[in-house]
Amino acid sequence: MEHAPLRRLDGGGPRAFLHRLRHGDEVAHLLTLTFAAGILLLTSMLVYELWVNSHLSRAKFGWMFFWTTTWDPIFDNFGAAPFIYGTLVTSVVSLLIAVPLGLAAAIFLSELAPRRMSDTISFLIDLLAAVPSVIYGLLGIFIVVPLMRTTVGPALIGSLGHVPVLGRFFKGPNYGVGFLTAGVVLAIMVVPFIISVSREVLLTVPREQREAALALGATRWEATWKVVVPWARTGILGSVFLALARALGETMAVTMVIGNDPKISASLFAPGYTIASVIANEFTEATGDLYLSALIELGLVLFLMTFILNGLARLLIVATERGRGSPS
Amino acid sequence: METTAYGNNATAARRAPQIVMSEKPQTASEKEAQVRFEISDLNFYYGPKQAVFGLNLKIPKNRVTALIGPSGCGKSTFLRTLNRMNETIRNTRVVGEILLDGQDISQLDVVGLRRRVGMVFQRPNPFPKSIYENVAYGLRINGYQGRLDDLVEHSLRRAALWDEAKDSLHKSAFALSGGQQQRLCIARALAVDPEVLLLDEPCSALDPVTTAKIEELMFHLKDSCTMAIVTHNMQQAARASDFTAFMLDGRLIEHSETSKLFTTPTDPRTEAYITGRFG
Amino acid sequence: MNRVALIWRKSLNVVMLTLTGVAAFGVVAVLFLILGYLVWNGGKSLNFDFFTKLPKPVGETGGGMANAILGSLKLLFLAALMGVPVGLMAGVYLAEFGGKTFSYIIRYTTDLLNGVPSIVIGIFAYSLAVLPFKHFSTMAGGVALGIMVIPITVRSTEEFLRAVPGSLREGAMALGASKWRTIATVVLPAAKGGIITGVLLALARVAGETAPLLFTAFSNRFWSPGWGQPIASLPVMIYTYAIAPYDDWHRQAWAAGLILLALVLVANIGTRVVLSRGGGGRSA
Repeated sequence: MEHAPLRRLDGGGPRAFLHRLRHGDEVAHLLTLTFAAGILLLTSMLVYELWVNSHLSRAKFGWMFFWTTTWDPIFDNFGAAPFIYGTLVTSVVSLLIAVPLGLAAAIFLSELAPRRMSDTISFLIDLLAAVPSVIYGLLGIFIVVPLMRTTVGPALIGSLGHVPVLGRFFKGPNYGVGFLTAGVVLAIMVVPFIISVSREVLLTVPREQREAALALGATRWEATWKVVVPWARTGILGSVFLALARALGETMAVTMVIGNDPKISASLFAPGYTIASVIANEFTEATGDLYLSALIELGLVLFLMTFILNGLARLLIVATERGRGSPS
Repeated sequence: METTAYGNNATAARRAPQIVMSEKPQTASEKEAQVRFEISDLNFYYGPKQAVFGLNLKIPKNRVTALIGPSGCGKSTFLRTLNRMNETIRNTRVVGEILLDGQDISQLDVVGLRRRVGMVFQRPNPFPKSIYENVAYGLRINGYQGRLDDLVEHSLRRAALWDEAKDSLHKSAFALSGGQQQRLCIARALAVDPEVLLLDEPCSALDPVTTAKIEELMFHLKDSCTMAIVTHNMQQAARASDFTAFMLDGRLIEHSETSKLFTTPTDPRTEAYITGRFG
Repeated sequence: MNRVALIWRKSLNVVMLTLTGVAAFGVVAVLFLILGYLVWNGGKSLNFDFFTKLPKPVGETGGGMANAILGSLKLLFLAALMGVPVGLMAGVYLAEFGGKTFSYIIRYTTDLLNGVPSIVIGIFAYSLAVLPFKHFSTMAGGVALGIMVIPITVRSTEEFLRAVPGSLREGAMALGASKWRTIATVVLPAAKGGIITGVLLALARVAGETAPLLFTAFSNRFWSPGWGQPIASLPVMIYTYAIAPYDDWHRQAWAAGLILLALVLVANIGTRVVLSRGGGGRSA
């Protein structure tokens, strides 16, 4: 039929076409590479800006910044200690709640629940991870805080307040806000991450492992706890680090329930402050360059903390994938 | 009626008697005068590993040449050098000369080459587009300006798919069966009017009825298109091709007219292969 | 075997396994609790005014969050405009062109950026887009959110491009398509469903972000014309109203929370449903 029109297209010379063709591919390569490199540039700029804009504070306070417990905008004396303390305490509390809870749920989803139920529940739990922080804060203020003030707080203080070592953490006036409340809210926010990663890791444990344990007469629980979970422990640990990294950087929900008091207190019911919260609250109010610089230095500290943790989490999760759960 | 070492050729003859008969008048000089591809001393490397050794072959125009041999003998690799598809794989190297109508293909614009030398793959790979768009794809990218509808219909007819597809041209290609999808891929390749069509085990994923349809298609296409087909199926090679090349471990062992290769092979290895002693 | 020990082990088994079930359903219950509370408290406070009126002066009751709703939309638009092309192109690079080491570096950096706390991104956007101009602006907020959109888009683009089978690429190249042509006319269209859902999820995520807006877009009790002025947004309004002492503001915070959550959940559920049904190989 119509052969002629198509053959005419080869004209314009093979070399011209070649040039156009090569040109097109290389342009595409260069274009996409530029954008990819742009991400590198952006991230470097981020670190650079954090470093540069915290210069005033770093120059003035040096390493003392980490030990100083005062936060005094009036006399321009700033120290990071209360905030590092607050960030760590709230995160640890949240993990103490979320890890057992999350691991238990993950075990249920991977070992006990039928596949369809497991998938549905996993889906719903993933939705929890999508809920914005400020909404957790909303619920924190209007539900958790009153609950803590009226019911849970008094119960804990009453029961544990006089226990020898632990009692220190459960004393004192209880306004509903504070480290424990923030920890609880954080726990709910990070538990979906622990569940989803742990569930995945548990599902990859080979059937033979479970069967070997059961064949030796172990109960379902014993097989799970003593064989399956240890096999997956690297990945589970990775999920914990991931959750921790998330908890460290959480801002809004924590800010709304922690009490915003830059003090280091032993009691979990005392109000406190985290790095993210103080930045959120005081950044726009910061009068003076040193004040702002101190806040930015706090931001730099937070960045470094999450950077290291995420790096560790990655290593652990890669290690799981590489030597698929070698149990040594 | 010829009997081949492979068995009674009666079935083959009944199916396509014309093939067997038309080969008789071909003289040696006729064959040489109408050569499409001339391959000289071709060596191919995947990184350090050599896959094709010193291959010399002439592929005649408007005929079907079959490439047979055991798995891993390099026939697909060789086929893919003819349209420079191996260049999409990293770390490959071609040494030697491949002439298409007298021109060295390494000097040609690769896009233009692939328009002239089309390819059909082992598994049907239609694009996730409509049937119409699949066939029109090659035309569109090559800048064809004219009436696409006519060309699409023409290609689908050549691929024996028009009657089945004409009412669902704008439906997804995936609505077609496997055999229909493969014929769609043939139509797609034919749309740009290639001079040569390379087929890499096109029927291996298809049932015998569809395979027969495609072989019949190839017979009708011969007049306008040179074909080279890699096949694992010796019955297919015997039925559908004019010339056959037998490869083993990256080397060309024997190449001659199909009827001759299957009845009186000159190399003992060829005979061993076609009688099923290995491969 | 000691009979007592056996009974102990068996009871422990039942108890522990039950506890795991309690944990799982407990967590799910929290989700429904959140939804329930928001629907109950927020639903009560939702009215026509909420969507159409501006906030009333501090202390007065009534008014709405029309400016915040529009504000969030404007910010999302900017975020998409700035973040999606970068993420898309980088994703194409990683999936189609990338060399081994450079791709590793890019992926690592992208993950790094993804892990940066949103408040730190806010500080960065502040230094980029607020300091030089000496005032808060919609643009600065868009920058902050745009930065957050990039890593999510890169990851999903790369993932869905890689999922396109090589046979499709070969088919196109055998017809004479050059590499970029193959990518533009076959690979990207084949992956577009997944990529779009990835973008939607990224936008749903940044729609709920408050921290990075606190000192970039700041807030505004009025309409914010153009792109250079501070602008109200749903999450920031929720925050401001929730911590204030006025009951009426608390009411409105619940309503806003409901709207925000509804948006986020619809986007998440919707994209997941589409992904699981569409899979791959739908006709483009």
